[in-house]
Amino acid sequence: MTIDVLAAAGAAVGNPVANIGIFALFVAITLYIVIRASKKNTTAAEFFTAGRSFTGPQNGIAISGDYLSAASFLGIAGAIAVYGYDGFLYSIGFLVAWLVALLLVAELLRNAGKFTMADVLSFRLRQRPVRIAAATTTLAVCLFYLLAQMAGAGGLVALLLNVKGSLGQAFVIAVVGLLMIVYVLIGGMKGTTWVQIIKAALLIGGAALMTVMVLLKFGVNFSEMLGAAQTAVSGSANEAVAKRDVLAPGAQYGASLTSQINFISLALALVLGTAGLPHVLMRFYTVPTAKEARRSVVWAIVLIGAFYLFTLALGYGAAALVGPDEILAAPGAQNSAAPLLAFHLGGVVLLGVISAVAFATILAVVAGLTITAATSFAHDIYASVVRGAHENNSVTEDEQVRVSRITVVVIGILAIGLGILAAEQNIAFLVALAFAVAAAANLPTILYSLYWRRFNTRGALWSMYGGLISTIVLIIFSPAVSGAKTAMLPNVDFAWFPLANPGIVSIPLAFILGILGTLTSPDDEDREIAAEFEVRSLTGVGAEKAVGH
Amino acid sequence: MPETQHPPRETAISGQEYLAVQASPEFQELRNRLRRFVFPMSAVFLLWYFAYVMLGAFAHDFMAIKVWGNINVGLLIGLGQFLSTFIITGIYVWWANRELDPRAAAIRAELEGGAA
Repeated sequence: MTIDVLAAAGAAVGNPVANIGIFALFVAITLYIVIRASKKNTTAAEFFTAGRSFTGPQNGIAISGDYLSAASFLGIAGAIAVYGYDGFLYSIGFLVAWLVALLLVAELLRNAGKFTMADVLSFRLRQRPVRIAAATTTLAVCLFYLLAQMAGAGGLVALLLNVKGSLGQAFVIAVVGLLMIVYVLIGGMKGTTWVQIIKAALLIGGAALMTVMVLLKFGVNFSEMLGAAQTAVSGSANEAVAKRDVLAPGAQYGASLTSQINFISLALALVLGTAGLPHVLMRFYTVPTAKEARRSVVWAIVLIGAFYLFTLALGYGAAALVGPDEILAAPGAQNSAAPLLAFHLGGVVLLGVISAVAFATILAVVAGLTITAATSFAHDIYASVVRGAHENNSVTEDEQVRVSRITVVVIGILAIGLGILAAEQNIAFLVALAFAVAAAANLPTILYSLYWRRFNTRGALWSMYGGLISTIVLIIFSPAVSGAKTAMLPNVDFAWFPLANPGIVSIPLAFILGILGTLTSPDDEDREIAAEFEVRSLTGVGAEKAVGH
Repeated sequence: MPETQHPPRETAISGQEYLAVQASPEFQELRNRLRRFVFPMSAVFLLWYFAYVMLGAFAHDFMAIKVWGNINVGLLIGLGQFLSTFIITGIYVWWANRELDPRAAAIRAELEGGAA
């Protein structure tokens, strides 16, 4: 009980030296592998796509490493521990979303593209404007997602390393950011992929271990654990928390019609966002064929599905064993549920392992986002716009790699700054916003490009910019930013949009804008290029091959 | 892997050839089969997902009905989403390996073989 009191009083849990030591070991091992893997990082195809030489299973594990961010691990487990069933809804949306990627996007995209999402979207449309638009939405999604990850890093630091001063937190965030820069610069896509693979194995293995331990505490009786979780929540000293029925939906989103619509809006963004996430799409270019892309999605679905089932047990387990009061009082609040549960189950050692895994998660996801953003900047914006070139050929691919390396450093520094500013935001919510942007700004254009022959440049531009701008404007004027106690700026109120999740408006709007833009402009596309696009995307003719060894 | 295994790409196949392939019955067959599978299947899983979301948003009492111990309807439907996702994945892979891959490979072989 003394330990509980200590944690509730805001002290670090466990032994910070052990936590740092285990994380340092992870860094040393992955850095060694990254350096070994990067011997051949000379060409653009090597740097941006790891030479397209990963197998489907390898890429599937890396995708789950990229996808299972700190938001999934800390955010969802925390949301289930505190709100119960409503936290589970996140994981279902995050999982079902993969069917959109598997059935509609992954294989055709792999066949038709080269380095970035913009390659596919601009293939049969006017190169420059579509490329700029796709790169803009890519950078926007990556930035939102980075913000979420770095916010998670800040909270985690406070909990695990007993670094409470803002200067100390800033220092640790800077270390994470600098490590990420080193990984990406040395390792390129190949090194980044290996970091994802190792991290995914650790994360899923760690979650599986904790799930087994927590179920054993209740005699492998899930029903009994649910009962214990409800009892613990009902016994909370906080009246609002104690009233919650954590086994049924509604604790977080059930209070009013507005919050119910907000929930539907969130669900829409989750299920349609995944297949528009640029760092996920880019992973399909690291395999040699569309068939391997299919295999990698299957692996990803199995691993991600299993992981979310584990978080269900971990969330309810944390509610039952740690209790909502201790979780909410800990630094990092609900994000600390999983680490606190690890400490209850396995003491200092397990907490050290789980915190190292959580840091590794943030590091790996940030690396994946950064290389995606840097690739898009160098390949789409610099090569085709800044240099004013009509075709990419006039900027050599070597030069694109040089530019993207510089971009990696710039984005890394930006991420460090954002991480220092964004501490204490709910990371599952921030990730949900990144999904909303991806679903509104990217997915309509991806689907229209692949399946609608008449779709044209104006439709793409209206849909992408319309989706991006409407999402961001609605977020700015939502209760998530101002006018509520939990808002980013609680002291001012300029909110007029009632929903914190804009997807229910911005996603249909972007789909409609794509149709309107297309139908109001002439069907003047080049038939031969359109035919090439369709034949290539469906059959894999002329698709980018693996780099020879 | 020596370069010679692959014919030179992009320049080798002309736009006219792509148009011809696009119009060919083999390609139309591939395209129609793909669409006839993925569109209805997508509609099925999205409807099932949104039915679940609607129940989660508006039917709290229904979702809270206990079925066995503390396991309630909401939990079972939620786990059902996991199950259906795994099943649809399995069906798609089985179908794509059987129906898509041989057709795509045949068209690819003809185009790239003819261009080499």
